[in-house]
Amino acid sequence: MPEIRVTPLGAGQDVGRSCILVSIGGKNVMLDCGMHMGFNDDRRFPDFSYITRNGRLTDFLDCVIISHFHLDHCGALPYFSEMVGYDGPIYMTHPTQAICPILLEDYRKIAVDKKGEANFFTSQMIKDCMKKVVAVHLHQTVQVDDELEIKAYYAGHVLGAAMFQIKVGSESVVYTGDYNMTPDRHLGAAWIDKCRPNLLITESTYATTIRDSKRCRERDFLKKVHEAVERGGKVLIPVFALGRAQELCILLETFWERMNLKAPIYFSTGLTEKANHYYKLFITWTNQKIRKTFVQRNMFEFKHIKAFDRAFADNPGPMVVFATPGMLHAGQSLQIFRKWAGNEKNMVIMPGYCVQGTVGHKILSGQRKLEMEGRQVLEVKMQVEYMSFSAHADAKGIMQLVGQAEPENVLLVHGEAKKMEFLKQKIEQEFRVNCYMPANGETVTLPTSPSIPVGISLGLLKREMAQGLLPDAKKPRLLHGTLIMKDSNFRLVSSEQALKELGLAEHQLRFTCRVHLHDPRKEQETALRVYSHLKSVLKDHCVQHLPDGSVTVESILIQAAAHSEDPGTKVLLVSWTYQDEELGSYLTSLLKKGLPQGAT
Amino acid sequence: MKLYCLSGHPTLPCNVLKFKSTTIMLDCGLDMTSTLNFLPLPLVQSPRLSNLPGWSLKDGNAFLDKELKECSGHVFVDSVPEFCLPETELIDLSTVDVILISNYHCMMALPYITEHTGFTGTVYATEPTVQIGRLLMEELVNFIERVPKAQSASLWKNKDIQRLLPSPLKDAVEVSTWRRCYTMQEVNSALSKIQLVGYSQKIELFGAVQVTPLSSGYALGSSNWIIQSHYEKVSYVSGSSLLTTHPQPMDQASLKNSDVLVLTGLTQIPTANPDGMVGEFCSNLALTVRNGGNVLVPCYPSGVIYDLLECLYQYIDSAGLSNIPFYFISPVANSSLEFSQIFAEWLCHNKQTKVYLPEPPFPHAELIQTNKLKHYPSLHGDFSSDFRQPCVVFTGHPSLRFGDVVHFMELWGKSSLNTVIFTEPDFSYLEALAPYQPLAMKCIYCPIDTRLNFIQVSKLLKEVQPLHVVCPEQYTQPPPAQSHRMDLMIDCQPPAMSYRRAEVLALPFKRRYEKIEIMPELADSLVPMEIKPGISLATVSAVLHTKDNKHVLQPPPRPAQPAGGKKRKRGSDDIPDCKVLKPLLSGSIPVEQFVQALEKAPDH
Repeated sequence: MPEIRVTPLGAGQDVGRSCILVSIGGKNVMLDCGMHMGFNDDRRFPDFSYITRNGRLTDFLDCVIISHFHLDHCGALPYFSEMVGYDGPIYMTHPTQAICPILLEDYRKIAVDKKGEANFFTSQMIKDCMKKVVAVHLHQTVQVDDELEIKAYYAGHVLGAAMFQIKVGSESVVYTGDYNMTPDRHLGAAWIDKCRPNLLITESTYATTIRDSKRCRERDFLKKVHEAVERGGKVLIPVFALGRAQELCILLETFWERMNLKAPIYFSTGLTEKANHYYKLFITWTNQKIRKTFVQRNMFEFKHIKAFDRAFADNPGPMVVFATPGMLHAGQSLQIFRKWAGNEKNMVIMPGYCVQGTVGHKILSGQRKLEMEGRQVLEVKMQVEYMSFSAHADAKGIMQLVGQAEPENVLLVHGEAKKMEFLKQKIEQEFRVNCYMPANGETVTLPTSPSIPVGISLGLLKREMAQGLLPDAKKPRLLHGTLIMKDSNFRLVSSEQALKELGLAEHQLRFTCRVHLHDPRKEQETALRVYSHLKSVLKDHCVQHLPDGSVTVESILIQAAAHSEDPGTKVLLVSWTYQDEELGSYLTSLLKKGLPQGAT
Repeated sequence: MKLYCLSGHPTLPCNVLKFKSTTIMLDCGLDMTSTLNFLPLPLVQSPRLSNLPGWSLKDGNAFLDKELKECSGHVFVDSVPEFCLPETELIDLSTVDVILISNYHCMMALPYITEHTGFTGTVYATEPTVQIGRLLMEELVNFIERVPKAQSASLWKNKDIQRLLPSPLKDAVEVSTWRRCYTMQEVNSALSKIQLVGYSQKIELFGAVQVTPLSSGYALGSSNWIIQSHYEKVSYVSGSSLLTTHPQPMDQASLKNSDVLVLTGLTQIPTANPDGMVGEFCSNLALTVRNGGNVLVPCYPSGVIYDLLECLYQYIDSAGLSNIPFYFISPVANSSLEFSQIFAEWLCHNKQTKVYLPEPPFPHAELIQTNKLKHYPSLHGDFSSDFRQPCVVFTGHPSLRFGDVVHFMELWGKSSLNTVIFTEPDFSYLEALAPYQPLAMKCIYCPIDTRLNFIQVSKLLKEVQPLHVVCPEQYTQPPPAQSHRMDLMIDCQPPAMSYRRAEVLALPFKRRYEKIEIMPELADSLVPMEIKPGISLATVSAVLHTKDNKHVLQPPPRPAQPAGGKKRKRGSDDIPDCKVLKPLLSGSIPVEQFVQALEKAPDH
């Protein structure tokens, strides 16, 4: 029995370290290859030894697909391909291919240069890894090999994010990566056609959240920033360099413009300029409005937002700073946070999800005394705000996508177990499909029953289709043919053609039977009586009285003859072929019962 | 399967393919060479043009002198220029299901088709094709609408009168169907019917046919198309290039195993080498400017101009032209330059790599930044105050009949210091220049046509091995001017089938098979029998379901239980319902066994 098998190595009932193995139609595909922000030890990368203990990964995996450039989806890629060893193709979209190595390099620098980790991947490894990447266009059908094909769909979320359909024959799986079902200020909404996959693997970060309107959230955000700045406070917004940062920059930029505000807005790290440049060059991946107006005004050229310098953090007066990384787990955002945390006039706004174990997660869960490195305790007096600006689909959005794709099964990843449970029930109720939520290392097996494509000769098909147009078309009609199987080439042809093609002679097998009938009338009259009798009994069959005096029922021939000895008896000769055996023997037994009296 | 040929122009094709149950239009090119018969539309009133003498018949009859003007022995129609549309009568165009566009030059007749024929289908094209196609249309409409011309000549089109006119007017075809330019409203409506597609995207048409665009290497987003069912494959090759310029390279491998390959859009200048032409372009440009003259380059707002600007970017410093201003004048100049930078995914590898850095893929960004290249929507406004001579001006339209180029021809034509360099191959430069004669300005002809030449075609055909080739008749004989050059035609076996305007071709292949799916339950019930080594047979009796052109075989229904709950004895009482298929009888008969079986039979 063919089946589809799915095993998450990461992101199973968890957020972070996305890495999902899928076996479909004898092909093995790895979806994403992420790192976990909450861990600094071995657990930060997926356990690739699950795939094979001593063989080469290349022999076991047909391809790797990366959905977008966030590190929890691609952070382990150089480790996987260069340190564990994988030489097969890695598929991702063009923007992801452009931006991914920069984030990886950034990640490497923090790990090696700042934390002094040894045995981490090197810059050269990132380069070598990226050489294995094959870029894909949206909607392009990429033939990985003769049987396996993949296709990317727009996912919103971040620049270049894509959902992927993986297809072998008539079986398919769709993996959403991270996606957003509502267009925002710079990206469009995710979209997929009614592709009816056997399985939809969807993220479920906001499985239980139904977010209020985006306008309200934006207004809230602006109000809070505005108030803090008005009272002379400093606002820290931890973000990742690409993604929400651009969204919030556009938001603040337009607000500053409209309100004519003077407080400076800064964007940390040298990436800014570069990051915005990517958005300008990949503008076809942004939303329609930006694409339409980019010739007149490029939304990614900011007037109010300036590059940040470390010294600015101590400047007096209000300011707004976007700093990386987004979960306050390291780097500049954490440094600034430590500087500003003690002042209640200041504010930190967390615009997205924070993984367990990060400072971001701690302060969001209400912790106000943080133990920092060296047993130092940091007291957080500044205002802590959370605003969901992450571009993930909420529960409504996830349901919407399931409705769009119409999968036979749904599998949840990239979310918390408790929340998944809730969504799983909802999906099962509403769509009447099975929904799974395997933990890491747990395998879900789905039996499939793919239909078998064969070639039917056009003659046979046309003959049948023409008959399908007859008045009694509602009655199911049987198509008869012969399937010729030669190697992997299957053809369905009419039986005659099959014999002819194979040079086989067809044997004719005919049955004949004599039925004695007491009837003194002439043979012709007997035949006529037989005809009327059969005609009245066999209403659904074609009964004919031929000019030569014989009677036919379909292909069965009946002739009446005089008995050589007894003039009061007539002999009925019934003859039929093997193909009509049932009807033939039925007729014989019917005639043996004699003709009804009075029939003429 | 039939091919309806609606255009006679080999590089501006318009064909309709009937394949299975679908009607597919392949490109809708607009033949603009008709405009060469018209007088130029000057932006600023030109005393020379308005004082041209009216034309009169040999017998002195001058009843046409309002419509026809004479200039240096050539006769021109003094009217709003008109275009030669694809044939609209050969086939009912409202039955066209889809239109496939291969590149932005081959979609210029789209508004005529989608807005005026009852067309209700979908148009498929890549994003760069649509965006740049829109720019070309916008420019065209703008050029023609901004100089409204009161006069619309029609008298000369009368068949009896046309016969009396000198050539080429006398020989112009289908003049009665020539049409004026469309409006922006029609353009927008036409473009709204386009659905964007990406290379190698498989698009299902009614479940019957699958169409796929492939990179053709000629222009940004340009594509060839594969039209296939499960057993037949037609390749439509239109405007392809094997040269490395800015677009993504041509995808040749996917064209293999075609039953029919329709080949259009080859180079119009088979004897010229594009690289050599670019070199000549640069040196002539430098020579003129050094002598204090101006250079005029009539061009389209997109396409080869990107390559020319890139060459100049590398060339100007070494040629000492750093101080010479380059002007690009077109209502869509800015858009064209901006759009060229955002189609990273459609560019050649080198340019893609630049975007990953991230840097703009085309160096004209730097030319603009350093003020070496300036662009203006028209010669009115800012341009007149910035204008410095000597300079180089890129502007349209290459036919020299409308657009800002008309003004520069009038302005610079009288001085032999100036040069006009023709790079676009679509119009004969001599005909384009005719209404400006006599001309003192130098004329250089450097046509740059990167499309396939005949050597490349024969290599391509050897590589992809189509069963049949179909092409415009022009490609099956040497060009009329070089009738001895037997190498300037398509050479393939079997010989290419050729078509001309308004012809219908029956394509030479017969469909024999169709895909059908056997449901797994039915497949399980089949009993294959090995008849010959490696060949098995199984008889199939199944119910055929056909929906959306997809065929499925399902297991036959189980015989229904007799109604009424009463058990009836099955057997001869019931009329046999539907036939149960018997296995085919063939092979040798084991006579011995048969006799033995008969002997064992109880009754005898």
